[in-house]
Amino acid sequence: MNESYYLLLAALLFTIGGLGVLVRRNAILVFMSVELMLNSVNLTLVTFSRTIGTLDGQVMAFFVMVVAAAEVVVGLAILMSIFRSRRSASVDDASLLKF
Amino acid sequence: MSLPLATEGPPAGEYAAATGTLDLLWLLIALPLLGAAILMLGGKRTNSWGPYLAIGACAGSFLYAVVALFALIGLEDRTADLFLYSWVPVAELQVDFGLLFDPLSATFTLLITGVGLLIHVYSLGYMSHDPRRRLFFAYLNLFVAAMLILVLSDSFLGLFLGWEGVGLASYLLISFWFYKPDAATAAKKAFIANRVGDVGLLIAIFVMFAALGTTSFAGVFSQAELLTAGTATALGLLLLLGACGKSGQFPLHTWLPDAMEGPTPVSALIHAATMVTAGVYLIARATPIYDVTDTARLVVGIIGVITILIGAIIGCAYDDIKKVLAYSTVSQIGYMFLAVSIPGAGAIAILHLLTHGFFKACMFLSAGSVMHGMNDQVDMRRYGGLRTVMPVTFGCMLVGYLAIIGAPPFAGFFSKDLVIEAAFDQGGVRGWLMGSAAVLAAGLTAFYMTRLMLMTFFGQKRWTDDVHPHESPAVMTGPMILLGIGSVVSGFVLLHVVDIEAWLEPVTGTHEVEHVLAPIVVSLLTLAVVAVGVFVAYTKYAKQAVPTTAPVAVSPLTVAARRNLYFDALNESVLMRPGQYLTRALVFVDNRGIDGAVNSLAAGVGGGSGRLRRIQTGFVRSYALSMFGGAAVVVAAMLVVRVA
Amino acid sequence: MSSFPWLTVIGLVPLLGALVLAVLPRGAHSLHKMVALGTSLVVLALTIVMCAVFDPTGDRFQFVQAYDWIPAFGVQYAVGADGIALVLIALIAVLVPVVILASWHDADAPPETQVTAANSTAAQVASTTGSPTAGVRTEPTGGGSSAGAAGDSDPAPRRGVRTFFALVLVLETMMIGVFAATDVFLFYVFFEAMLLPMYFLIGLYGGPRRSYAAMKFLLYSLAGGLLMLAAVIGLYVVSASQGEGTFAFEQLTELEISTPVQIALFSGFFIAFAIKAPLFPFHTWLPDAGAESPVGGAVLLVGVLDKVGTFGFLRYCLPLFPEASRILGPYIIVLCVIGIIYGALLAMGQKDLKRLISYTSVAHFGFIGLGIFAFTTQGQTGAVLYMVNHGLSTGALFLVAGFLIARGRSRLIPDYSGVAALAPILAGTFLLAGLSSLALPGLSTFISEFLVLIGTYSRYPVAAVLGALGVILAAIYILLAYQRTMQGPLRLPAGLTKMKDLQLREVLAVAPLLALMIFLGFYPKPLTDVVNPAVDATMQDAGRSDPAPTQGRGETAAPAR
Repeated sequence: MNESYYLLLAALLFTIGGLGVLVRRNAILVFMSVELMLNSVNLTLVTFSRTIGTLDGQVMAFFVMVVAAAEVVVGLAILMSIFRSRRSASVDDASLLKF
Repeated sequence: MSLPLATEGPPAGEYAAATGTLDLLWLLIALPLLGAAILMLGGKRTNSWGPYLAIGACAGSFLYAVVALFALIGLEDRTADLFLYSWVPVAELQVDFGLLFDPLSATFTLLITGVGLLIHVYSLGYMSHDPRRRLFFAYLNLFVAAMLILVLSDSFLGLFLGWEGVGLASYLLISFWFYKPDAATAAKKAFIANRVGDVGLLIAIFVMFAALGTTSFAGVFSQAELLTAGTATALGLLLLLGACGKSGQFPLHTWLPDAMEGPTPVSALIHAATMVTAGVYLIARATPIYDVTDTARLVVGIIGVITILIGAIIGCAYDDIKKVLAYSTVSQIGYMFLAVSIPGAGAIAILHLLTHGFFKACMFLSAGSVMHGMNDQVDMRRYGGLRTVMPVTFGCMLVGYLAIIGAPPFAGFFSKDLVIEAAFDQGGVRGWLMGSAAVLAAGLTAFYMTRLMLMTFFGQKRWTDDVHPHESPAVMTGPMILLGIGSVVSGFVLLHVVDIEAWLEPVTGTHEVEHVLAPIVVSLLTLAVVAVGVFVAYTKYAKQAVPTTAPVAVSPLTVAARRNLYFDALNESVLMRPGQYLTRALVFVDNRGIDGAVNSLAAGVGGGSGRLRRIQTGFVRSYALSMFGGAAVVVAAMLVVRVA
Repeated sequence: MSSFPWLTVIGLVPLLGALVLAVLPRGAHSLHKMVALGTSLVVLALTIVMCAVFDPTGDRFQFVQAYDWIPAFGVQYAVGADGIALVLIALIAVLVPVVILASWHDADAPPETQVTAANSTAAQVASTTGSPTAGVRTEPTGGGSSAGAAGDSDPAPRRGVRTFFALVLVLETMMIGVFAATDVFLFYVFFEAMLLPMYFLIGLYGGPRRSYAAMKFLLYSLAGGLLMLAAVIGLYVVSASQGEGTFAFEQLTELEISTPVQIALFSGFFIAFAIKAPLFPFHTWLPDAGAESPVGGAVLLVGVLDKVGTFGFLRYCLPLFPEASRILGPYIIVLCVIGIIYGALLAMGQKDLKRLISYTSVAHFGFIGLGIFAFTTQGQTGAVLYMVNHGLSTGALFLVAGFLIARGRSRLIPDYSGVAALAPILAGTFLLAGLSSLALPGLSTFISEFLVLIGTYSRYPVAAVLGALGVILAAIYILLAYQRTMQGPLRLPAGLTKMKDLQLREVLAVAPLLALMIFLGFYPKPLTDVVNPAVDATMQDAGRSDPAPTQGRGETAAPAR
């Protein structure tokens, strides 16, 4: 029983998140999928931390959360400004950075 | 030592060091060089007195040459070597700038400065109307200086300096009227043909250094007997190549007639009397090398004979008075080459060179005088009957004419006879062939020179109405008369009064052979052939009227001769045309091939990056996909490694 | 006196001059010019004193200074001059004032005339040389490409007088540094840094295809420099494996390097230098750069910058890698001989005067390479003399051609004819410069060409004979160009009716070069005295000695003085 279920769950969440990033066009949803992936990784970290018996993984998870929060702040701000200028939250519309 | 630069000791050469009067030998060169420099740098403000300065410089050199000659006669071993300074000192190669004054160079010095002085004076009249007269005199002075360096140097490198220096002066003077395309082309051709020869001389110097470790006359000649036969022959042939270029000998002779585009005093000084005889000087000077290689001597002789015949044949066909004289020069220098190729006959070659210097310069100046009076007309078919209009010119030309065909007792008789004699005296097939060719050419010479005289001075006048022939001023006729006197007496004086053979013996060696034919037989034979030549010309050009345009229906030989026996055509088709095509092809290859490779490499990088940047679509999701793909590949790779 | 940091001071003065220029107000053009000229004259004066202080019989490297720069890697700021470097620095010191004087009005020419000139030239160049379309397509910076191809050139945004002269001065510092450096890493730094001022000189002040030419020059040189950097690092690694890692030249010469490693490192240096020099087949950037750069830039480019390549052969390739140079020498000789003939033939086929001069330089660099890799004292001394004389001769030729082009506003030879009638002094200096290019005896170039060939002959006779053919070809290309432009009936480029002769300023710029060439042609001893010991040291480092005379007893008549 024990940790393999957690790991399976984490893998499942990560896959869902990954698919979300690849498939969804709405930037908000892409964001949420990214969060999902981050959190799945957090789950893994915590799981292993418990298994090994050290606190390293948990500390790492906190770091991830902090970074994710910061990322969300910046990302949402960018998203807002894009939305204001283009009236769309679709990532495909913001394809200016190309050849 | 007279130069401040020469602080180090004199060389311990085998030539005795110069002392006393001969210490100032460098003045010979410095005077005309200074004259040239002042005139060239001085600009317009020297216009009025510049020509006189040039004449003064040349006269100074001449006077000093006379003094030096007597100083030389007073010396016991009759050589003086003046070390000036160390010129090119690099490890084993130690080339000094030094001057060698011995009978040979003294003879040349007198010829150059003497004839040079006369021609300077003559030019005063001939160029009186030219606005760029100052430059003309500057170039003449430059020429005299370079020619003196050529004959006075005591090393092959110094000789080469003068050798190319005279080439430069010749280039400048031929193209003096640079706005005439023909003159510009002729000057370029002369320089390039000379360069071909010069490279021969240059390589000869390389061979000397590689084989003997020195380039000085003293060093090379004292070791000449150490040379292997192959090296000696190679040296002889390379020097010959140099001589051919400078002296207008087959196969590099085609530049000399073209060089007649220059002003006539130039033709007289450079392209008749002095520069073109430098080849003879070179071979005479290098006698010790030729003494160890008979093969090279034979080739020199053959080249000489071929050139004698070529020059004489072509000379018969031309109507341009200066070109006839030019081909006659080519032919006469052939005689000198023939003579200098015979062991011990170098002195005879020099004798002919000197007499030729007098009579050919005299004839050229006379021709110049004719042209001066005829609005620069050079076509002999437009002359005729000038005998009465220009009596002095006619007299001078006549003397020169009698000298060149070898009529006794004029100068050419003594020298040419000796050459022909020496050619026969070689014995065997070689002697007979060369001797007969020389005799035959003497007949041809008589023919074309008679033709020239008849067409110019006899018969009816054929000039156009706008031409008013007149005698030239005294400043021109004076030098002509002096040279004319030289043409009469120089042969006798040099041979029997001065005894030039004994004088030059230290340099050119002795000439003692069994006579194959008695000298009197040779003389009579030659005179008979000459008489035939004169007679044929008389029947063709005095008995019949001379048409003002050249007849078209002539023998194939005449047609060929009019086209220089197709040497120019040959040059053009074998060297020039392929050269041009090669150049064009290479320009194409360089642009498209080598530069093309460079540019296409750049284009390849540019194009490649152009394609690669298409991957940047700007769609976040495709970037994300590629990241996932990459991560998947990495994971897969790790798994594979783990499994393996 | 001997402890005075000559090289550092001489190197820094022009940089200071450039800084002064940068602070001066923008519009004061004549002040800028005077400051630049003054700075370069100060450098010249200092250099003359330095040459007088140099003791030819003393140590190999003099005026030595060494300070740690990056101690962790043994990198030093180390400078010093042997005879070879000394004469080349002297050459720089002479050329820079000349260039400044000759380029007096080059940077401030009125734009209108520049445009017409650029127009006609570009169109004609495009029609004659044939390559521009290919060239332009690959041009990495799109901006200037339209100028060369279509003929609708954009008027050069002139960056002003101040920048031009400041660039020239900065370039002078870099060039002095590259010759003075005795630390390989420092040498590399200057070697690369030198490119930048030159790049801007060409790119900002050049002809219609300037950005193509500048970019080609830069990329080509950088590519070579990259290989050299690899070799420099390789050298460091080898030295570190045999003791303490160092870049100091004299310590590096004592390394024991295995032959394969030598060949690899040699190749790195060689290709960089061969591009710089340029040797066939790495030469194609030179005609473009030489033709498009402003005349002053071209003089410095061909006169000095390219000498870094041949200097590098002599200073670094031979002493550091004697075995490799022994093995590869014959092949390089072949390249050089090809270069001599090839460059000469191509020069004959050029219609653009500046391209012609550039190609003659390709031939001349063949001679220099020949002299260096012949491994004889005469050849190498000749090569060093050739570097100096070629700087003077080609410099003069470029300058005079520049004067002609500035008057006629066309670089094309067929546009001119019979110019000597209007401008005799111009024609005279052109002829004299040309004669020096074809190595006429009496001019210094002859001494060097003669030494190179005679030195080559005693080891590689065939190469020397083939090289001597180049002497004939040189006569042809120079005299052809002279005849076409200066002789014949008078014809000027369209729109011109008269042409002024050289002005005093222009005469003053060229005259020193011509006078030096004549003086050194008759009395090269000052140069040979300084260069000979350095060449001897190089020959010793390379472990070679002169072949003895094969048949004679050597110099019996005149014992060595």
